[in-house]
Amino acid sequence: MSKPKFKNPVVNWIDYRLPIFTFMNHELNEYPTPKNLNYFWNFGSLAGITLVIMIVTGIVLSMNYTAHIDYAFDSVERIMRDVNHGWLLRYIHMNGASFFFIVVYIHIFRGLYYGSYKAPREILWILGVLILLLMMATAFMGYVLPWGQMSFWGATVITNLFSAIPLIGESIVTWLWGGFSVDNPTLNRFFSLHFVLPFVIVGVVILHLVALHRFGSNNPIGIDVKGKQDTIPFHPYYTIKDLFGLSVFATIFAAAVFFFPNFMGHPDNYIPANPMVTPAHIVPEWYFLPFYAILRAIPDKLGGVLFMFGAIMVLFVLPWLDKSSVRSSQFRPLYKLFFWFLVIDCIALGYLGAMPAEGIYVVLSRLATAYYFFHFLIILPLLPKIESTRPLPVSISTPIITASSNASTVMAMREKK
Amino acid sequence: MRFSKLVLYFLILFNFFLSKLALSAGKAIEYPDKNWSFSSIFGTFDKASAQRGFQVYKEVCAGCHGMRLISYRNLAALGYNQDELKAIASQFEITDGPNDDGEFFTRPGRPSDKFASPYPNKKAAIAANGGAYPPDLSLIIKARPNGANYLHALLSGYVEPPKNMIVPEGMYYNKFYSGNLIAMPQPLYEDGIEYLDGTKASPDQMAIDVTTFLAWASEPELEERKQLGITVILFLIVFSILSYFSMRQIWAPIKNKN
Repeated sequence: MSKPKFKNPVVNWIDYRLPIFTFMNHELNEYPTPKNLNYFWNFGSLAGITLVIMIVTGIVLSMNYTAHIDYAFDSVERIMRDVNHGWLLRYIHMNGASFFFIVVYIHIFRGLYYGSYKAPREILWILGVLILLLMMATAFMGYVLPWGQMSFWGATVITNLFSAIPLIGESIVTWLWGGFSVDNPTLNRFFSLHFVLPFVIVGVVILHLVALHRFGSNNPIGIDVKGKQDTIPFHPYYTIKDLFGLSVFATIFAAAVFFFPNFMGHPDNYIPANPMVTPAHIVPEWYFLPFYAILRAIPDKLGGVLFMFGAIMVLFVLPWLDKSSVRSSQFRPLYKLFFWFLVIDCIALGYLGAMPAEGIYVVLSRLATAYYFFHFLIILPLLPKIESTRPLPVSISTPIITASSNASTVMAMREKK
Repeated sequence: MRFSKLVLYFLILFNFFLSKLALSAGKAIEYPDKNWSFSSIFGTFDKASAQRGFQVYKEVCAGCHGMRLISYRNLAALGYNQDELKAIASQFEITDGPNDDGEFFTRPGRPSDKFASPYPNKKAAIAANGGAYPPDLSLIIKARPNGANYLHALLSGYVEPPKNMIVPEGMYYNKFYSGNLIAMPQPLYEDGIEYLDGTKASPDQMAIDVTTFLAWASEPELEERKQLGITVILFLIVFSILSYFSMRQIWAPIKNKN
């Protein structure tokens, strides 16, 4: 037997038979991480922690929830009024969904900005997009559970999208509903799926982490780690940095939960579902608004559905659309510009998704939708042909001789003059 | 880099506020802002006002509007003691049963009972009100955008209709109601009720009181939530500061090398 690795003999005994401590030490403690990660690299761990918060609060909520159209609304109100700290659990879960999307969207845009999806991290990226899809399905079904007006009508609108599929569409919708309208069987299966999908997400997150640890994190400069001098152990450096990030995030999250718990919700969802009364505007949760805008921008129902799903599908093939070998936009002046255009475009889509589908909003939605796909399908493949990238630094440890820092020194000197 | 980060944060926040604006943009009607005792971060319910509001609900609104999610025992939060709660509950007749003979019967209410409903069922409520269902008020403040100001405005919004407007039979003109035609007749009149605590029962006073009462009914956890929130936020701010300086210290050797 080799020299014991751990001081504690019990730990050693277990580790010899089940090397779980070696594994944890390798992946969480000494795991070499680029030393130049900025705060945008906090959002991965934040997303993981938010997922855990959602699962824990969700399990406790499910102990008090009744998945039946006659009792669902009142069981949620019972949680709010009679269950000890039930309001806290529910507001954490409700706002947690929004914060999960905030964190994940920042995480995704970080990946876009620093080219984290490029070789050899394509599968890591694809697994991430898969997590996004699963999250959207889970969030949508979770929103149906309180059985308020928006729950019911949101479920009706979204499930009806599948009727756009030629020939078999109507049958698929009936199959999804478990009947001929959104009704008790629909609520039951949504509850079941809303409970199980988060654990599927956990599974994909584990794969996401396995793929991440194969090559380690990308970094703001976007060049590969050249050796030990470029990395530091994950613990204590990134554990403490993640802890600091978490405490700031938790402060903002708590402010929403305790002081503005319904800010991101819709008042109509405090009206019990009524199939006979349609709300004036059926609006999805804010995190779906950009996709909703794309859906409504296309004058054809099937086309709208295809473009909406296409908006996500295009992310799956992104690693092959962006042909530039330079990862970080710090060295891609043109890509950087277009990245910010894309950010503005997505925000515009979110805004337009909340607006009524009439007049100028329809025209703007179409332009914004067109630009979204133009960015991924035309700009990204063509960009490397016209873009002259800045020279890359030799390594993470010697970034001093980069063109960008030269440029900033020049700028500083100019300003002095 | 710093700047682009700021821009990103700003844009994300901006998106939020825009979409919130967008959600409320459907309604162009502005309601007067009444600076409610419960709306600030440290806000609490004005208990005396809420008690008067309960009286308004009981004597005016409860003729048509139920509050099926609230029990008489919940009123303890407004400052009533157990004897008062028993006395309040016993004023109402509750249908109970079936008893051992298989019969339904009525009995005086108990604190554990939910508020007595003015109608036996929803169809009866609709039939008695010319086809318009008087909504349940348990959640009304949360179920309307800008709920408290909206309700106060609505209760004060019964004015003479414009000359060219025809108000159909059974409908009433209200300047704050979406579409201006509401099936609810004006509920609050000068001295319409006699307040137990001697406060002058002006329509505005009654509107404020009943709104405070209904705001409590919508969010009975509000005071506990805000108090706990302040503790949690203070803790997290201190924790953030401590973890920031721990991070600085741990990272010092790395930063100094560069």
